[in-house]
Amino acid sequence: MTSSTTEPTTYAVAADADVVRVRQAVRDLAVQAKFSLVDQTKLVTATSELARNTLVYGGGGEALVALLDKAGRPGIEIWFRDEGPGIPDLDLALTDGWTSGGGMGLGLSGAKRLVDEFEVDTAPDRGTRVRIVKWRR
Amino acid sequence: MDRVPILRIGDVLLVSIQVDLQDDIALALQDDLSQRIVDTGAKGVLIDISALEIVDSFVGRMISTTAAVSRVLDAETVVVGMQPAVAITLVELGLTLSGVRTALDVDRGLAILAGRESGVVAEADDDDQLDD
Repeated sequence: MTSSTTEPTTYAVAADADVVRVRQAVRDLAVQAKFSLVDQTKLVTATSELARNTLVYGGGGEALVALLDKAGRPGIEIWFRDEGPGIPDLDLALTDGWTSGGGMGLGLSGAKRLVDEFEVDTAPDRGTRVRIVKWRR
Repeated sequence: MDRVPILRIGDVLLVSIQVDLQDDIALALQDDLSQRIVDTGAKGVLIDISALEIVDSFVGRMISTTAAVSRVLDAETVVVGMQPAVAITLVELGLTLSGVRTALDVDRGLAILAGRESGVVAEADDDDQLDD
């Protein structure tokens, strides 16, 4: 089985307009990788939730977007990184309806449902890194 | 910052979102709509989201809040034109837009709002279909 990763493209996440820019970049890549419209929409929606978290809770950061290939099957990998306060209780943050800020509490838990792979690395004062992958079906 | 235009047709306010909605524009739209309802005495708000490629939790909350605020201000909100892929994603995300009336297109949305006025729809909260 061969697998490869393109060099990721880095996008700053420092303002509302940046969230839109990352969404559009992920959409373009998902179209290029011939994702179905529903899968494009799920990935772009998850991207929107996580980029907003990076901006609002992480105080800004960056998103790294890469195209994967696993034995001819394309996938899209996105890292969201911030140097913010971190998530004190990750299990709680992944609970539907729980929110620390004025949101609906669906950002993390909802995004997780929309993608195939979902990993969070976070600790207080160490910032947060979230990695998601969605594979073409 | 761009703003989403609000058109007034009779006593209905019509909003057609044609941009990739960023958060501050969505919030401004929510505020603008509330103010326009008060200024115009509009009885209905029609939000066309057929051009929206995604509805995430933020936009979903904006829609729910707008519907709730307009209800308090004696106006009904109908959201029309949601794309199927958006609907599927929205439900999987965990958003149900409870309390928000929806219709497939602008025509049906306007019919719902017109029905409310003439009293055709007796229990608007429970009926999704307009009985002609």
